[in-house]
This record gives sequence, C-alpha cells and structure tokens, in this order.
Amino acid sequence: MIKRVVHALLPACGIVLGLAAWYVASLAVPDLPSPVRTWEESKLYILEPLTKRGETDQGIALLAYYSLLRVARGFLLGIAIATPLGFLLGVSRPLTRMFDPIMQVLRPISPLAWLPLGLILFRKSEPAALFAIAICSMWPTVINTMMGVRAIPQDYWNVAKVLRLSRTTTFLRIIVPATLPYMFTGYRLSLGIAWLVIVASEMLTGTPGVGGFLWQEYNSLVYAHILLAILTIGVVGFTLDRLMGLAETRLRSA
Amino acid sequence: MSVIELRGVAKSYQTAGGLKPVLRDVSLTVEDGEFVSIVGAMGSGKTTLLSIAAGLLSADAGAVSAGGEPLREIRRDGAFVFQNYSLLPWFSALENVRLAVEAAFPSQSRDEQRRAAMDALERIGLGNAVQRRPSQLSGGMRQRVAIARALATKPRVLFLDEPFGALDALTRETLQQELARLCSDGDRTVTTLMITNSVEEAILLSDRIVPMLPGPPATLGAPIAVALPRPRTIADLAHQEEATHVRAHVIATLTDAMKTRLKKESGIRSQDSGLVLESDKGIQLASFAAEES
Repeated sequence: MIKRVVHALLPACGIVLGLAAWYVASLAVPDLPSPVRTWEESKLYILEPLTKRGETDQGIALLAYYSLLRVARGFLLGIAIATPLGFLLGVSRPLTRMFDPIMQVLRPISPLAWLPLGLILFRKSEPAALFAIAICSMWPTVINTMMGVRAIPQDYWNVAKVLRLSRTTTFLRIIVPATLPYMFTGYRLSLGIAWLVIVASEMLTGTPGVGGFLWQEYNSLVYAHILLAILTIGVVGFTLDRLMGLAETRLRSA
Repeated sequence: MSVIELRGVAKSYQTAGGLKPVLRDVSLTVEDGEFVSIVGAMGSGKTTLLSIAAGLLSADAGAVSAGGEPLREIRRDGAFVFQNYSLLPWFSALENVRLAVEAAFPSQSRDEQRRAAMDALERIGLGNAVQRRPSQLSGGMRQRVAIARALATKPRVLFLDEPFGALDALTRETLQQELARLCSDGDRTVTTLMITNSVEEAILLSDRIVPMLPGPPATLGAPIAVALPRPRTIADLAHQEEATHVRAHVIATLTDAMKTRLKKESGIRSQDSGLVLESDKGIQLASFAAEES
C-alpha cells in the first residue's frame, strides 16, 4: 500500500525538485525569474488562454493554436511527400541506392539552415516556415515506411503471387496494411521533429505563435514569458507525442 | 494430355559458396483427376520441385508443361496451400477467401464473389467463424481457411506444400480426411500434387506416391501406385495388406537412397581423412575428422 502511494507520488517529487533547482538558479542569476514570479507575470496568459489583446499579446492557448496549425500543415505536407517516397524506396533497391546519399546528407541539416533558403524560394515567411517543417520532419517517415515495406514477410509476397493479384490490389491490400504500423512510428517521430522546427521558424520569421511570442518577449525583456513559452512548448510536444502513441497502439492491436 | 508434365528438369541455386545443385533429371507426369504425393525428407528440394511444377519458379534445364502447353509463368488454373497458412492477418477469414475469389473471377458481381467465398468456408466447416481474424483462429482452423481460399477459385490443379506439417497429430488426421472428401466430391475431381514428409499421409490421400531420393542434387524414384479403395481412413490403413505393402515399399526406397548417399559421402570423406570405415559410428567420426582437417 505505502509502496504504491510512494510510487504514485514519485513524479510529483521530481517536479518539485525541478522547481527547487529552478528557484536556486534564479537566486544565482538575477535576470532569471523565480517560479513564483513567472507564475505572477504569466497567469493572465494562462487564466485567460483565449483572449486576444493584440497581434502578439494573446492568451497562451491561442498562441499554441497558431503554432499547432502551422505544424499540422507543415507536417501533412512532409508526410504527403515522405510516405510515397518511402514506398518507392521500399520496393526498389536501385532507387534506394540512388537517393541514399542525398538523404543521408539532407537529414542532419538544421531547420535554421533551411529557413533562409525557404525565404529565398518563396519570398514569404509562412510558406518558408512550412517548407522548413516539411523538409526537416519527413525523414523518419521516409525511412520507417521503407523499412516497413522491406520487412514484409515472404509469405505475403507469395500470396500476391499465387493469387495473381494485380499491382494495385497488391499495393492496397497487402503492402499498405503490412507497412501501416511502421508508417505510424515514422509519423510519430516526424511530428516530434515538426514541433521542434516550429519554434525555430517562428523565431526567425516573427510570425504569431508560441515561438514568435518567445522571441518577442525576449526582445521586450519580459523574461518570465520566455519561461512560460518554453513550458508551453514542452507540454504541447509531450501531449502530441502521447496522442500519436495512442494512435500507434490502437493500430498495432487492430 | 497430362495435367502436369516435367521432363528432365534440373535446378541449382546461386549461394555464397557457388552454384548449389538442388534437383537433377526430375521427370513426373500427373494425369487429370489424379492425386500424386511426393514424399521425401525435409530440405531435399521438394518445395523447389513443387514451385517449378506450378510455374512459380523456372527450371534451369528440362521441359515443364501444363495440359500439353509449355509452362512459362505461374499456372492460371492452379491454387496453393502452404504449410504456414499464409493468411493475411489484417483480413477476416471471409476477406482472405474473397481476395482470392475477386482475383480469380473479376467479372463476377461483389455479391457472387461473397457467396462463393462463403460457400467455400461453409463446405470446410467454418461457416460460423467467417468474421474472425487469423489470430483468433486455431492452427487447424487457419489451415481450413487456407484450403477454402484455394478451393474457392475452382482450380483445376491444387498444389499442396506440406499442408498439414504445422498441425498437431489429431487435427492433422481430421483435416486430411476432410481434404480427401473435398478433393473427390462434386462433379469434378481436382488434380492434386502434394509434397509431404509423412508416408502415412501420402498413403491416405494419394493415387500414386513418388519418393524423392535425397541429393543434393535430388531426383525422383519410381512411382508407387496406391491401389486402395476410397474413402480411406487412418484406422483402415493400419491393417490393410495393400497399405502395409505400399508403406514398406516407400520406406525401403527412401532409406536405401539415404544409405547410399551416406556411404558415398563417407567414401569421399574417408579418402580425405585417410580412415577406413566399417560401422555407422565410424562414418560419424570420419565426417568430424574431415570437417576439422
């Protein structure tokens, strides 16, 4: 019984310890607001999360909503390109050999590096941000989909062969269902990256959203709001990952 | 015109250690409505032979024909049952069978296709389980779905690759009898080529048994006719004279071939290791010595 209570309280203890460390750090660095001061200065944003007071002075839920919308669009664009590409690379070894070097080189490039290129290409901040999100987040989906196709057991290929299924039927009824769990793992990782990229791209382009808010409050010297933005980014990212995780388990058990 | 005809077929596989011959000089004919079993040890090239006869695999040498026509691709009038069921886990039993029916009869209406799939499942006793997924079915039931899937396409030839190999003994016997019934009832009889490592199974189901003589490369021995009345049951086979005779004949052919092969191998090895061998134990020792040297 006591063991179980302790077990349940451990995460809360971790959070308290984290807050304590934050408090100590705020004593050492005068510019860093303490947890209490952060709360005092941020509660307007949290308690009225949907109020719009100005272009960037908005409730935190509203800001998160703008960011999520942008992430959703960039992410969808990314997986719309990545999924077919993954299937193609999965079924064709020559194509894999052809594109592997490009992929390996493009994959480690930071979103900060893609943004200026996006701005040159599209001349506007919004499409540039989507471009950066899409191109950074697509790789896990490409690779996982490819792996999923490669992992299809010989048995299933035999079924397609002996039933003389057409290419379309083989793709829709065998390759896609067999690859689906791998694809979703890819989507989950891709969404995580998309959320990482959003902050960087909003900071650089100054568009409204959590990242834009963070950068603006830094420039206005309201340091408590930086911490508010950081915590919001963390909580939203965690929630997204959990939701994708749920979808993934659903799919595996189905 | 023979439904299946193989003449002087040979096949090798490319491996890391070079070209590995699997089959040599394989000749076989199966007539319309016949049930022929190829009996041999595991790993002797039986599946390769079946794949070649069905057109899944091409032979390196020799001629393969289907109903008198040379076979160039997978047979359009054939259906398969594999040892490991090969059902698609994301489809129900019904959907698995329907997939085959849809591919075989694309011009039929969806209703007709569904009806045909249901019929096939009902005939093999799965009428109550059509909505279940393979993971919710026992091994025996899964293999029933696989058999229903094969028969639903109304094949002229049925290729069975160790169809009962993964089942427990009791389930196996029930399914064997069921298959014997399904293959021979109705207006027409399905021509069947089965490979198996069970002599008993072959006697129960076949008109002819062809022993596979181990290699590599393996080849086929002389066919042995099974002149037993049908329907046959496992219980009857235990004391019928003809069954005893066939069993003895098949087993003797297979074991003789095995012994000859062992002697040949040990002969080569004993030269290598400089040992003279008499007993079986000696053969083992010699092969160890040869591997070490």
